[in-house]
Amino acid sequence: MDRLALDVAHLLAGGLVLVSFMLLYQDRMTGLVNNFALHALVVSLSVAWQAHIQHAPHLYITAAIALIVKAIVIPLALHRIIVQLGIHRTIETVVGIGQTMLAGIGLVALSIMVMLPITAKAGTLTQQDLAFALSVLLLGLLMMISRRNAVSQVIGFMSIENGLILAATGAKGMPLVVEISVAFSILIALIVIGVFLFRIRERFDTVDIHALHQYRGEQL
Amino acid sequence: MAIGLQLLVQICQMALVLALAPLFAGYVRKVKAHLLRRQGPPLAQHYRELLRLLRKDVVLADSASWVFRVAPYLIFATTWVAVSLVPTFAIGLIFSYAADVIAIVALLGSARFMLALAGLDVGTSFGGIGSSREMLIASLAEPAMLMVVFTLSLLAGSTQLSSIAASMQASDVGLRFSIALALIGLVMVALAENARIPIDNPATHLELTMVHEAMILEYSGRHLALIEAAAYLKLLLYVSVIACVFFPWGIAISGQGPAAYFAGIGVYLLKLAAGGFLLAVFETAIAKMRVFRVPDFLGAALMLGFLATLLLFVTLAG
Repeated sequence: MDRLALDVAHLLAGGLVLVSFMLLYQDRMTGLVNNFALHALVVSLSVAWQAHIQHAPHLYITAAIALIVKAIVIPLALHRIIVQLGIHRTIETVVGIGQTMLAGIGLVALSIMVMLPITAKAGTLTQQDLAFALSVLLLGLLMMISRRNAVSQVIGFMSIENGLILAATGAKGMPLVVEISVAFSILIALIVIGVFLFRIRERFDTVDIHALHQYRGEQL
Repeated sequence: MAIGLQLLVQICQMALVLALAPLFAGYVRKVKAHLLRRQGPPLAQHYRELLRLLRKDVVLADSASWVFRVAPYLIFATTWVAVSLVPTFAIGLIFSYAADVIAIVALLGSARFMLALAGLDVGTSFGGIGSSREMLIASLAEPAMLMVVFTLSLLAGSTQLSSIAASMQASDVGLRFSIALALIGLVMVALAENARIPIDNPATHLELTMVHEAMILEYSGRHLALIEAAAYLKLLLYVSVIACVFFPWGIAISGQGPAAYFAGIGVYLLKLAAGGFLLAVFETAIAKMRVFRVPDFLGAALMLGFLATLLLFVTLAG
């Protein structure tokens, strides 16, 4: 495989990790959603490039699904939800961006340390993709546990799914059926989560998860 | 004889950077003024200011100690030495083998240390505020700078700035994501270190948010001229480092003869013009940050440096 193809794949996958960090850094709601759209765009570009260098046309469909559903439909829906919930101007109080970033760096280091030895026999491309995909996944989890706002948690969840797509395309051999069903289930999840968001808001007048903990009687 | 010739080229380089530094700062100010549809001061204004300051008497505060009087000379000298180590129009000049890029960071660090001491020395509250803020910025900017340096050194297999520039020029590095991250990180560090917007406003004198100007408020006459000149040199140094590492095209190699050197100088001037223009556009487009946001900004630069190094291991392993 020629050098340029690998380099571009590396560039796009590395870009995805960087956008994950931008998601962690961003504390405004609308900025967060736009950032997530960028995340999905980078994923779809990365998948399209993989389709090109692996000569796997069905991956183009995966890329198109990622582009249409996650870079356009879901961000628009989230924008609507945010406006309807009236939280489009709020700045989230993230506890310690610095610490979160450091933890994120640690997670990236961890996933590289874990993935590189395991996948030593696979090709360079697979190796890179899996290492980056695991980092994106862990960063998404970090985002879910470090944010208190339910909408940011949803975005963290969606970014985990982007990481999974990257892993699947790198591993050469995810059937299209699986991909379509995953994309579909993500859409369903968005609808369910959207309904829940409004229920939470009706019940507690806020989408801060903190309120749920207090309701359960936990001391925080 | 060859050594004498090399020394001559090196001296030319040092004279060139010293002559160019105020012009470059004036150029950035001029472009900024034009972007705001103003006339702006003439390009030679900084030279005139320096000459005027050199002619004036020094007024010393009663409480000033010898540190206050010595600091300007040390700051100017260390900064000038640091610039002489950076490849500007040619790589592999004779001084550049004397010290590597970590030494350059250390030289700039000692200049900053002297400046902060001088700010504290007179005992005015402004100087103290300036020094403490400068140290806050430095404690975050320096690790970020070093991470960027490590990334580049890992790629080039050397910490010599000349060797790094040469290996970047050889273009077998390929398209690396780490380089892009390192570039962004280094630009952020350069903005912070040179007290530019969004960290500090170089044009302000009477604001509680100022950092660099607060430290040198007590200086006058030739002391002030030296400190100002050192600040211009530092700006030129960062732009030159960015130009020679990330955009190494057209740089001459030591020993190629005068024609190559003059071509190198021409290209270097073009790069400076482009860099200064971009800096002016960036500064016009963005607002100054609150001081307490600065750690976030530099934390992001540090994060980029870390990430660049980490991602490098993925490709090196592959």
